[in-house]
Amino acid sequence: MKRKPSNYIALDFLSRSVNEGFARTAVAAFAAQMDPTLDELGDIKTAVSEAVTNAIVHAYPDSLGKISLRASIFEENLLEIVVRDWGCGIADVEQAREPLYTTGGAERSGMGFTIMESFMDALQVRSKPGRGTVVTMKRRIAMRSNGR
Amino acid sequence: MEFGITTKERSMTITLRGELDHHAARGTMQEIERAVEAALPLQLVLDFSGVTFMDSSGIAVVLRAQRRMQALGGAAELQGTPAQAKKVFEAAGIHRLISIR
Repeated sequence: MKRKPSNYIALDFLSRSVNEGFARTAVAAFAAQMDPTLDELGDIKTAVSEAVTNAIVHAYPDSLGKISLRASIFEENLLEIVVRDWGCGIADVEQAREPLYTTGGAERSGMGFTIMESFMDALQVRSKPGRGTVVTMKRRIAMRSNGR
Repeated sequence: MEFGITTKERSMTITLRGELDHHAARGTMQEIERAVEAALPLQLVLDFSGVTFMDSSGIAVVLRAQRRMQALGGAAELQGTPAQAKKVFEAAGIHRLISIR
């Protein structure tokens, strides 16, 4: 059985690109209670931005749909972020996670999953074509003694 | 995203200010292309010192600017890149393709 988080936030928003900034800023503000460094906050914001952008660009390419974001704090300062959509899904997740792979054309770099992997401790992608995608990321925030 | 453009002889510096994400990327690409087409510089310096956040969307912007400059027989480089953006470029290996300072 999964352990319960000591705290969480849950947000639903429409897949408009203007919400990318809102999503990463909201998670950063929530994570501030874990006393992260600026570097750690930057990593978290970047990973959230990548996951939310993927949902906006790829899950709902020609329409607007719901994106659900949940950030939870577990013991030992573990932050878990789940970004879920109900869009078109990914047929081949392994291929999508490869560096430089993109279906987004010249405006995308194909590096989103690579960035998420390198900035977080764990990344899980579950997807079903026609049903949607769930991206789960975990990052342990270093515990620091006071007096920083 | 806000832009400042200065041109001296055949060298152009474009200063970016704001958050460079997918939402801002298309407008940023268009702004850079418009400026480059108008002045046809041989050197393009993208000043990132005012970029307060960047994700992988910035990689596509930078690589596109570099390709445009190479097509003109010139080159592009980055200056003033903050630590957060630098980390994104390095995770993607982009520092091997373009000078990032």
